[in-house]
Amino acid sequence: MRKLIEGSMAVSESVRLCRPHVIAAYPITPQTHIVEFLSQMVADGDLKSEFINVESEFGAASVVLGASAVGARAYSATTSQGLLLMSEVIYNIAGMRLPLVITIANRSVSAPISIWNDHSDVVVLRDSGLITLFAENAQELMDIHPQAYKIAENPEVSLPVSVNMDGFILTHAFEPVEMLDQKFVDEFLPPFEPVHKLDVENPITMGLLAEPTWYMETRYKLKETMEDAIPIIENVAEEFKEKTGRWFGGLIDTYRMEDAEIAIVGMGSLIGTLKDVVDTLRAKGEKVGVLKIRSFRPFPKEKIREICSEINQLVVFDKSYSLGLGTILQEELRACFYRQKHQPLVSGFVVGLGGRDIPPQSIIDCYNETKGKEILDEFVDINEEAVGRR
Amino acid sequence: MAETTKKRKPKPPVTESLLTSGHRACAGCGESLGAKLVIDAAGPNTIVTTCTGCLEVFSTPYPESAWRVPWIHSLFENSSAVAAGVEAGLKALGKKEGINVIAQGGDGGTADIGIGCLSGMLERNHEVLYVCYDNEAYMNTGVQRSGLTPFDTHTTTSPSGKKSFGNQHPKKPLLEIVAAHNIPYATSATVGYPADLQLKVKKALKEKGATFIHLHVPCPLGWVYNTELTIEIARLAVQTGLFPLVEFKWGKVTRVRKITRERKPVEEYLKHQGRYRHLFASEEGKKEIKKIQAIADANIEKYGLV
Amino acid sequence: MSKPILITVGPGTSKVNKTGAWRTLMPVFKHDKCNDCRICVTVCPDACIFGQNNVYNANLDYCKGCGICAHECPVDDIEMVLEAK
Repeated sequence: MRKLIEGSMAVSESVRLCRPHVIAAYPITPQTHIVEFLSQMVADGDLKSEFINVESEFGAASVVLGASAVGARAYSATTSQGLLLMSEVIYNIAGMRLPLVITIANRSVSAPISIWNDHSDVVVLRDSGLITLFAENAQELMDIHPQAYKIAENPEVSLPVSVNMDGFILTHAFEPVEMLDQKFVDEFLPPFEPVHKLDVENPITMGLLAEPTWYMETRYKLKETMEDAIPIIENVAEEFKEKTGRWFGGLIDTYRMEDAEIAIVGMGSLIGTLKDVVDTLRAKGEKVGVLKIRSFRPFPKEKIREICSEINQLVVFDKSYSLGLGTILQEELRACFYRQKHQPLVSGFVVGLGGRDIPPQSIIDCYNETKGKEILDEFVDINEEAVGRR
Repeated sequence: MAETTKKRKPKPPVTESLLTSGHRACAGCGESLGAKLVIDAAGPNTIVTTCTGCLEVFSTPYPESAWRVPWIHSLFENSSAVAAGVEAGLKALGKKEGINVIAQGGDGGTADIGIGCLSGMLERNHEVLYVCYDNEAYMNTGVQRSGLTPFDTHTTTSPSGKKSFGNQHPKKPLLEIVAAHNIPYATSATVGYPADLQLKVKKALKEKGATFIHLHVPCPLGWVYNTELTIEIARLAVQTGLFPLVEFKWGKVTRVRKITRERKPVEEYLKHQGRYRHLFASEEGKKEIKKIQAIADANIEKYGLV
Repeated sequence: MSKPILITVGPGTSKVNKTGAWRTLMPVFKHDKCNDCRICVTVCPDACIFGQNNVYNANLDYCKGCGICAHECPVDDIEMVLEAK
């Protein structure tokens, strides 16, 4: 069934079909619609979950941690400052190998305070053990949550998974969405069987102190698990495609990359814009395609090298910036090719910080400017006069 | 108390505690004693969440655990929120019936860094018993001042010196703050009166809602006294009026432990402890003791302890 | 879990840690005036006093020698003595 719904409703409906036992969340723009819809579903009896209105995002993450630890399927959603407040707990959830899903309505980070979209929030957690997936549109948001739970709860993984969606651009926009139904999701996503849980019949201890003799081993196992998750993410997306015919990528996705010499790279809703840009450029005879990074963590290095084996240049558009280093996705892609046989040029542009509009023409201008040479750290469409560059 | 019929049935042999031996608490640790008394009163059908702190560190260094019940530690400030999640998860799974959930933390993890999560758990009235093991400073990091460190106490971050008698703030009124959440049951207790403590644990676990025990646990290391005195010092805190034993139901005081006959001046409590040594070293110090006596007197007056 | 993850352990595994080695003073249970009140059992922070019928002893593998049992014994039936090691 096809319905015209808001992105946040696509998320809520998808999460409802996953039958979470416990939902804990704290309101923060632009995540609010998701948890409002979910709490209404609980209030109407359409979703049988314990919905916990917590006192902070720190509390939200801690509540879902506790729920997952007794073997309950748990869900939360947040963004920006809320995610930063959760960050201590997210590291902990991953370190304790507790699977759950959290939707992040990506938003910039204060100061200055801004409620609008970029990716500055989730990139902060790139080293935390949180599997980080980016969705492109409302349909993918509908489709990705059962996949996210299936990845998280795979006993070889048993880690938290975040589904990232651009704040306002996806949370508040209405799009036609092919709805999933309960029967399909129940078949696709089996009940949660935890690898370890708090149980009076088998009273284990969780969350121990690791002295220097043990800490490195626990981190090694996490490293190994993140690597193990790579084929699992891909397989889950493949299985979903087999059953629905829909495909938004596994670790990555590509658009018109078949004979491409240049790849334009991005994450999230920007992919729609990049596809339009590529159509425009292709019409002018440019050999260019889109590389969508769907799994930012684990970062699919091998897959990217494989897909870019004939690519001469990557033009990367980041919605975040690592102050004192550079654009983050660009730096990671560059590192992918270091000392490899094939080393394409890698350019990096900063776009859309704090919700700044990203007109297709700006992408085209960047493309034309950087074609054949590397440009780094360019803040696209900034007010040159205001920053004193002119 | 003890009826002396000679033919009474022999008690069964002592069984292993649910917080068993081999943990690394200091000799004479009041907190380890308190935790043992609490979990043995609660019984095996209990899931425990614990804040970072001495209790967590000494009982669960990988790959050893002294706990014989399901037990989880997450972070310093969230044992109450994790317990709320445990409770909600069990409820959603239809497994809550017959299972106790206990959250625990030290004074810092409860009254300072964890008070936000605690307040949320209480306000939502989760069926969780929270036990605050109050040894009146951050002992795990080396005896630094917390919000529950008493007035004029020497700690490593509120030291006594030429111009100071130590911590200049009175103890945060934690139990009153908790009771103000209008929860079914909140009480203070002490390892000085183990039977009273264990009774209170059982009482709390009968309630269908959030309950709280503010448990006074002397620390030989941080309070600087001989290890055998843990119980005696804990009792003196009550008998001087410095740690009143008060029970609240739905925000109202329902019972106190009277100290009419056993009431003692605060010096009796302070003199055993190195953390108050500076008060006995000068005339000015003795004036300070009068201020501490005034705190005890105010407690006695407030709760009608005599 | 098919692979070890090194972050959980079973119950009561602390007993491999013989904290009795920390001790300088040792409780001697005299078994003379014991009234079977079990206060010693209750107040032991290391949960290492066991027994029945007026005969209680500390498990010296774990007893840290804090002396609370001796101090609290209402009939003075426990004595702390310097341990020769």
